[in-house]
This record gives sequence, C-alpha cells and structure tokens, in this order.
Amino acid sequence: MERRRAVVSVIGKDKVGIISKVTTILAENNMNILDISQTILQDFFTMMMIIDVTGNENLSKLRDQLDLVGQEMDLKINIQLEEIFQAMHRI
Amino acid sequence: MTIAMDEILQTIRMVQMENLDIRTVTMGISLRDCADSHFDKMQQNVFHKITTLAKDLTKVAEETEKEFGVPIINKRISITPIAEILGSATVEQTVELAKTLDLAAKQLGVDFIGGFSALVHKGFSKGDETLLKALPEALSVTERVCSSVSVATTRTGINMDAVRQLGYVIKEAAERTKDQNGIACAKLVVFCNPVEDNPFMAGAFHGAGEGEAVINVGVSGPGVVLNALKKHPQADLGEVSDIIKKTAFKITRAGELIGRVVAKRLDIPFGIMDLSLAPTNAINDSVAEILEEIGLERVGTHGTIAALALMNDAVKKGGAMASSYVGGLSGAFIPVSEDNGMIRGIIDGALSLSKLEAMTCVCSVGLDMIAITGDVTPATLSAMIADEAAIGMINKKTTAVRVIPVPGKQEGEMVEFGGLLGRAPVMGVNPFSSQNMINRGGRIPAPLQALIN
Repeated sequence: MERRRAVVSVIGKDKVGIISKVTTILAENNMNILDISQTILQDFFTMMMIIDVTGNENLSKLRDQLDLVGQEMDLKINIQLEEIFQAMHRI
Repeated sequence: MTIAMDEILQTIRMVQMENLDIRTVTMGISLRDCADSHFDKMQQNVFHKITTLAKDLTKVAEETEKEFGVPIINKRISITPIAEILGSATVEQTVELAKTLDLAAKQLGVDFIGGFSALVHKGFSKGDETLLKALPEALSVTERVCSSVSVATTRTGINMDAVRQLGYVIKEAAERTKDQNGIACAKLVVFCNPVEDNPFMAGAFHGAGEGEAVINVGVSGPGVVLNALKKHPQADLGEVSDIIKKTAFKITRAGELIGRVVAKRLDIPFGIMDLSLAPTNAINDSVAEILEEIGLERVGTHGTIAALALMNDAVKKGGAMASSYVGGLSGAFIPVSEDNGMIRGIIDGALSLSKLEAMTCVCSVGLDMIAITGDVTPATLSAMIADEAAIGMINKKTTAVRVIPVPGKQEGEMVEFGGLLGRAPVMGVNPFSSQNMINRGGRIPAPLQALIN
C-alpha cells in the first residue's frame, strides 16, 4: 500500500498539556507519529508532527477531534496531507 | 523531517493570512452530442449530461480542500458554446435553455456555469443570431449562467456588426436588471482572441478543440505576492520580478497538485492550470496594492503600465516553470469592483478609464467589472469594445470588455454588486459620439500579424 503522510501543525499560546492532548487523539486513532518538532516564538507555541495516515482514507473524523481540542485550548490545529508541502517547496 | 518547519509555516501563513486559494475547479463538458432537432429532447440531453458528469464535482472538491488544507472557493462548469447546438431553436426556447442550465448549476451546487456563448468573430450562424437576441433576457432571469461572445481574433479581424449589436445587448441587459444595478452585465464578457480552456468566469467556455470532459484549475493569490514583496522594500526591479516569479511558482505547484487529485478522483482528464492573480475585496488581496508596493503612490499614476507589465510577465514565468500545462489566461486580472486598491485609485482621481484601457495592453485580459454611467449610448459601448478588440487583435493577446452601464447612476456614485463581484465607483465616458463609425458596420480586416503561414 502506498504510504501516506500528513502534517499536523499546532499554533497558539503556550500552555500545559498541548502535546499530551494532541498525541492522545492520534494514538486513539492508531496513527503513528514519524517526526515531531516544536519551538516557542515570543510565547507562541508551534508544533509540527509528521504522522503516518496510510490506510486512513477518511481524515475527517480525526480533523473534527483535533478541532475540538483546538477550541478547548484556544489553539489553531491543522492537518494537511504532506504532498502539498512537497509540491510547494521541493522540485 | 524532509520538509522544514519554516516551509510548513510558510504554506500555512499563505493560506490563513494571505488568502492563497484555489479560486476555481472548473469542469469543462462538451455538449456537442446533445444536439437534437427537437428542442425538448436537446434540453433534456443537456441537463442530463451536465448533472451526470458533474454530479460529484462539489463533493470531491470539498473533500480535497479539507485534506490538503487549501480552500477551493468556487466549483464551476464550462460548456460548449451553446450557440453551436441551438440549431433552429427560437429565442424563447434559448431563454428556456438558460434557465435549465441555471437549474443544473443550482442542483449540483456549482457557483457558475459558463458557455452560454457564441463565437462570431467572422460571422453569424443561425444559432449565433438566436443566442445574441436571447442574451439580455437570459442573463436577467438566471443567476449562475455566464456568457461570452467572441467578436474578434487576430486571424479574422473584428466583426463590427457583432460589436454594434453587443452595444445594444449590454444596454438592454443592464436595463432589465436595473433594480440590481445592472448586474446581468457582470455575467457577460465580450472577447477578442478568447481561450478555449479558461477556468475563470464570466468568460469560461469549453472550446471546440477540447475533449468530452476536462478539469481546469484556476489559482489566485495576490495577497501572497503582496506579502512576499513587503519583505523586500529595497529590492531592485530585477529582484522584484524574481520574488514574484518564485511566489507564483509555489502557488502554481499547489494548484496543480490539487487539480490533479480532483481530476483523478473524478476520473476525468486534467487540462490546464491557470495562474491568474485575481483580486477579491478581502483585505490585502489586491492587484493594485502589488503595483503600489512596487513603488506607486496610487495605482493609475505614471509608471503603472511598467509595473503591471513586470508583474504579469513574472507571474507567467513562475507559472510556466511550475507546471507543464499552463493555459487559460495566466497573468493578472484588473477588475475594478473586485479590487479595493483599484477602487481607491479611482476615488482618489489617480486611475482613469483611459489608463485602465492602456493597462489592458500588458495584463492578461481587459476592461473588467467597470461601472459606467447609465446614460451611455449603445454606440459608445460598441466603440469601447472595438478599441479593446483592436488592442487584442494587433497584440495577439486576449482582451475583453465586461462593463456595467448602471441605470440611473451618474459619474462618481458608488454601486454595490455584492459577493465576489464587489462594489465600484461609476466612471464617466468620453462625451463625444462614435455613432457614425459604429453605423458603418462590416468587418475590420485581419492585420498583417495574421499572415504568418
């Protein structure tokens, strides 16, 4: 099966438990985290995760769950297939 | 991590803060096999074919936009120029057909259906004549149907009989929708050198050289280009061109990826990518503001043409490197009502109708979404079309006229069209008559540029 990867990005004000909440949802959806990086810029928390979504054709359930956490913690959480970044930034 | 964090952030910023979007995924559909000597049968065939082929267009486009996190603003359909299949239908039947197309668009949830069109750059067939007669009513009783008429090409010259008639068509269409500021005219484009695979409205149609069905994608992003330039206030103009080129490259790549995914999922061939900087009234989503960022106090002042030429060319170069199938109009649109910077230029007295006309020599299309005084004569409208067609014909480029003579409005008043169409200050036209020239009719011969074989 073709490997599909997605980028989860989390941007917002830093607070306790962001990584824990997001990764819990990913674990519940049986999605493996391939890479993770985070930084804090002027109090703004930015985290990027590459996750393996092979076999998960429908990402909308995951998106809804992440949206909920985003609202709860006042964060902007996006999930996008990795190809869009490859297309824009790699030849 | 193969993609760096700052690259991911750049993409997210482009979408969320700088209005990068896929402006439209447009499905082209050939209706040539729908022709029938019985009008009712033909009408049924048309409705059936469109609603069958495009039944999943909206759904698939919405799924794709969610997965990639890049919004697709419009879902559209372009069809075979309808005059080609009209046969011996009457004017009333042609208006009925427009309503059927409108219904199909609404049922499918698509924003516009383009191709209620005729190609008359050399002469009128029977169907063309019927369509032109039906146009004012058809455009005023439908919402989503868009029309275009080709009146000139470099290879054929300008059909001045068609140009004359369109002056009346535009006037009547405005009059019939005077309660809505003449909005029917916003759905009608008069072309010189139209392209067959343009995904943008109102000028999209599915040309004679196209296949059964095709997916064409139009990408926009003036805001992204503007923000990229803002980071380099001291760059020289060569560098400015380079910055625009690189930005256009990235936007085009994103558009092509999404277009190909949609096409694959619908099992319809991918046609072309059209990267056109098309402004909207959103903050900072303006082509005029890019020109001002290059260094003009107000759009329309001296230097505007040079800045626009530089930008249009850089957009094309970036797009051409990014996709093997760049088509449509690819460049920059300069609609007035959809661009806050253009509106401000007119209000401040920096931007005139003559300057807009001159700008169309170096941008991708023509006089677009310009409100003019309601008392303009049909002959003056025709003469405006003739001027634009001449610019296109001689320079071997597409030019177009989409003007709205707003009934009852005078120069300087502001009119609202709503939604993507925006608002516009009413502009005055030259008070001297062109009537005698328009009355002559006939055909302006193809220029020497046409004799290239």
